[in-house]
Amino acid sequence: MSEREQLLLPIADDELILGWRNSEWTGIAPFLEEDVAFSSIAQNEIGHARALYQLVAEELGTTADELAFDRKPEEYRCSQFVELRVVPDWARTIARQVLYEEADEKRIKALMESDDERVGGLAAKIDREEAYHRMHAQMWHERLQHEPRYAEALEELRPLVDQRDGHVPEFEQLWNEMTEVRRSVAGATW
Amino acid sequence: MVTEAQVWNALAEIPDPEIPPISIVDLGVVRDVSVENGTVHVEFTPTFLGCPALEVMRDQMAERIRELGAEPDVEVILDDSWSTDRITPAGREKLRESGFAPPAPRQAGGPQLVQLQSKAFKCPYCGSTETRLENIFGPTPCRSVRYCESCRQPFEQFKTI
Repeated sequence: MSEREQLLLPIADDELILGWRNSEWTGIAPFLEEDVAFSSIAQNEIGHARALYQLVAEELGTTADELAFDRKPEEYRCSQFVELRVVPDWARTIARQVLYEEADEKRIKALMESDDERVGGLAAKIDREEAYHRMHAQMWHERLQHEPRYAEALEELRPLVDQRDGHVPEFEQLWNEMTEVRRSVAGATW
Repeated sequence: MVTEAQVWNALAEIPDPEIPPISIVDLGVVRDVSVENGTVHVEFTPTFLGCPALEVMRDQMAERIRELGAEPDVEVILDDSWSTDRITPAGREKLRESGFAPPAPRQAGGPQLVQLQSKAFKCPYCGSTETRLENIFGPTPCRSVRYCESCRQPFEQFKTI
């Protein structure tokens, strides 16, 4: 397995799947500002996934589309944490976002120091955009920190952040929806 | 034989697909242009990675170069070389005239929530700094939404990145 594949594929998968999950708030968020926020965050995450897949694909001689949509469910290396379907639970949604941003910041900062110049450069770009996701998470954390439901959600989700052995049951349906276009229209591109 | 200056001029006529008053050269996404044996190589450093306008920009650049009678080679650079600090002074003025508050200069360490929640941002309509953050996110990845307490006008703030 190439170094980029080992390093970047789990991150790309996390960003793709979380982007997918976050987009499930589009149109039904508790209020308009959050509808816009979660849609925009989802768009950024999927953009990050694509760029990361591209770097891996160059090494493997494949394409970002093939990596994102042509693998079998068991080949995805995302954590169970991003796979969970949390809609319509706002406390769990925010808890996941806060925990994710915390963990993601650490690995993106580490990637910025990579000896692979292209990996370091891309990580630095992603970091600039993620700064806004972190501010959004911080703002919500400050607002909800004394709410019992939010505290429970943090406690429930924290152990799952880096749980990468197997998938949660609802991943199967997400995979079906996500790969449907590629499976039914040969050669469809991002 | 096409010259680099001709290419720059042609690219300067391409409007940003989402904010048409500003050109893609004003936006600072063209990092370099070089011409060799009839092929024009463009280094394109995108704004936001998830921005759907990127493909449109790339295709329009290629089309303009073909119109000049040359073969385009547009390379998308996936590093952090684009920053809102690359928007030209003319571009910033055009943004303001169109009702978008131009981005604040980037500071070391990047933007902070406390800054966004402060009154350091100017309304592009009346110039007042009595403005508050409505939403970190907006209709496209590059914009936030603010509200001016002085002229009671919501406006879009280009994010500093």
